[in-house]
Amino acid sequence: MSEGKNMATTGATAPFRPRQGAGPADIVRRLLRMRETGLVLIILALFLVMSFASPYFLTWVNMRAMAMAFAVEGIVVVGMTILLISGGIDLSVGSVTALAMVIAGLLFLAGVDPWIASAISIAACASIGAGMGFFVTRVGLHHFIVSLAVMVIARGLCLLGTGGRPLGLYTLPPEFKFIGQGSIGVIPVVIVVFVVVVVAFDFMLRRTTMFRKVFYTGSNEKAAAYSGIRTKKVVFLTTTLCSALCGVAGIIYMARFGSAQPTFGIGMELNVIAAAVIGGASLSGGTGTIFGAILGAILLSVVSSSLALLDVSVYWQDIIRGSILLSAVTIDHYLNKRRG
Amino acid sequence: MPRDNQDDLILEIRNMSKSFGQIHALRGVQFELRRGEIHAVAGENGAGKSTLMNIIDGILRADEGTIRLDGQEVDITSPAVAQELGIGFVHQEIALCPDITVAENIFMGATSTSRRTLMNYADIERKASQILRPLGDIDPSALVRSLSISQQQLVEIAKALTLDCRVLILDEPTAALTEREAKALFEIVHALAAQGISIIYISHRMVEIFESCDRVTVLRDGQYIKTMTVADTTPREVVSAMVGRVIDSLYPEKQRADERSDEIILEVRNLTEKTRFRDISFQLRKGEILGLAGLIGAGRSEIAKGVCRLGLDVTGEVVLTGRRLALRDYGDSIEQGIVYLSEDRKGDGLFLDMSIAANVSALDLRQIAGGLGIIDESREADLASGLADQLGLKHGHVRQPVSALSGGNQQKVAIAKMLSVNPKVIFLDEPTRGVDVGAKAEIHRILRELVRSGVGIVVISSELPELIGVCDRVLVVREGEIAGEVAGDEMTEEMIIYLASVGQDRRRNS
Repeated sequence: MSEGKNMATTGATAPFRPRQGAGPADIVRRLLRMRETGLVLIILALFLVMSFASPYFLTWVNMRAMAMAFAVEGIVVVGMTILLISGGIDLSVGSVTALAMVIAGLLFLAGVDPWIASAISIAACASIGAGMGFFVTRVGLHHFIVSLAVMVIARGLCLLGTGGRPLGLYTLPPEFKFIGQGSIGVIPVVIVVFVVVVVAFDFMLRRTTMFRKVFYTGSNEKAAAYSGIRTKKVVFLTTTLCSALCGVAGIIYMARFGSAQPTFGIGMELNVIAAAVIGGASLSGGTGTIFGAILGAILLSVVSSSLALLDVSVYWQDIIRGSILLSAVTIDHYLNKRRG
Repeated sequence: MPRDNQDDLILEIRNMSKSFGQIHALRGVQFELRRGEIHAVAGENGAGKSTLMNIIDGILRADEGTIRLDGQEVDITSPAVAQELGIGFVHQEIALCPDITVAENIFMGATSTSRRTLMNYADIERKASQILRPLGDIDPSALVRSLSISQQQLVEIAKALTLDCRVLILDEPTAALTEREAKALFEIVHALAAQGISIIYISHRMVEIFESCDRVTVLRDGQYIKTMTVADTTPREVVSAMVGRVIDSLYPEKQRADERSDEIILEVRNLTEKTRFRDISFQLRKGEILGLAGLIGAGRSEIAKGVCRLGLDVTGEVVLTGRRLALRDYGDSIEQGIVYLSEDRKGDGLFLDMSIAANVSALDLRQIAGGLGIIDESREADLASGLADQLGLKHGHVRQPVSALSGGNQQKVAIAKMLSVNPKVIFLDEPTRGVDVGAKAEIHRILRELVRSGVGIVVISSELPELIGVCDRVLVVREGEIAGEVAGDEMTEEMIIYLASVGQDRRRNS
């Protein structure tokens, strides 16, 4: 009986027998089923509507501003997505990003070379992640609680280190500021860095054995252990990676602003998690793509920018962003149900 | 069937039937319980014992049939109704709240029906200590978390007793107890029976049935077989009634004489784990399928996991084709070629939301990856479709998620996953659970083919006909030790059940 049912459900894909040989029809069909396609269409529709609604929207200045707005945060989105896929979550990303700025800024003011200061700062962030990984995998606490505590602690460290005031880093050498403010041709360096990070991690996540283990672990941690995968090590590494990428983002922000801001990034975790989830990552682990998460980030950024151009009150913007998240997750929930 | 105490029946069940979809869990079952008796219900896994008890407790509704309690026909629509009627059920799994006190747990049921708003803790503790006194030395104000398993079991019984029950159902209450604790429990059960409480006692263990029960009713395949007075029967007769099935030719041919070999693929010596098993030694010879039989909880799966170092710390030796292995974890075991197919396909065997190909390659990603650990997707797809063809897996595309497959085909994916690393020894834990008859026969055929190709196979199964039909030799595990070995003509269900439940090798006595 169950055999018959199975035949019925697989009937749709039956024409494509085992071989991978994907004809053009197959590729189109697979594309249409992908969540990324839906997001791209929504973003394009928004572009279309906005280009009529506001004369400023489709200008180079506005495009550049939007891209700059999500590019650095996008690096954090990459780390968060990988962590979510492995079954974890990190609420401390905003504070750790700010802490990266503060550590590097203080070292620079103390006379350390800015590049070395940055490397130390990124290493410090990575060790914060390793610490969280320790509490999660060895002590056995939940990611949510551990990162909530670290979120508060890291913010406290920022304020403690700076006395609560931004550190002006006016003497940063121009070649350092270049990574935050410069352009290669017409493309800002920030965007270049972002694209490199995204493409590299998207490829690794899809194609390397190392990151495949991240999917196995998040999909079913027990089954992964029953496949000989050292799941604790995987979770430890994804937690560390996410914080390290926060460090990278913090350094780029510092170069861009020319200062270290201890209160930067409050609420960033919500944006980042929302982007990953809109892009298809599941809070229960096992699914998600970098490309999707970045599209989620782009969508949120385009919406924010559109609302600002349309003179919608900032308060409304939060309400609308929250609603987008809720609808994306609801739609996803129903699609998953239908598939299952 | 004895009919002398007709008037003294407290519970009477007639013509009870229950189906789940197309599976008939119960077919026209009858059951009679006398006042103050201890009545065992016996049967293999899937015989219908739990279904019957769940109907008596109102957890399930029967499709047909009547229940009479004290001569009155009753309609038990929910466990709450069963409680009101005086039916208490102590489930096999302990279901207490660990972070509240013993007294609060005991009165949980009473509290939910009470009309008072505020709890009177002093009062429930006093009442709880009254109920607990005959059961043993348990402090009613202690947290349940701090109690031993057997004490928790006693709290469960006390909880059932607060409801003023006339009928008490005990579902394998000694499964988690030591021998001494079990003895103490039986004294209590006898005392309760002497007070006029009627006990339904579910157990696999012949020893318990014959030491402590008055009568025994046997179910098989959802049907009533017979009720016997314990004093007038023998364990052998009860076991025959439980089994009583003819094995058909669903199974593939066994090892031929010319396939016998003295070559040992795997030898396990004195394998011991802290609590689950001790001193396990056995050999797996080339060309044979070895079975591991035993009751649930006897330690069969644990032994297999112990050999593979899958989450268990063990002492003892594992020798693979003459070489002593020093395994640290399951990853090492896979590398050496010893793999374990989990009994819980959905829980820990497969990644349901991932593709067939990704599942098949999970044990060793290196074989589908080039330098730098980059996965070659076409190699991965070839690996999966090659094994899929070998196993006759019905599927659309190897990139299709496993969740879309039927149970039998999912199991083939799980087996393909094992075969992907060209293992030398495979432990298969309940390889055909939840698989339909056709796929089952196919899996059995595959196992025989694998053995012929030189792979060592150990099958763990709770289904005795399967073990007997598929295996060339069966080891019977009882309470963490190997209780005996059967092969050839000796390999009968009776013998296996006898060894698994009675424990001593009868052949040595007679």
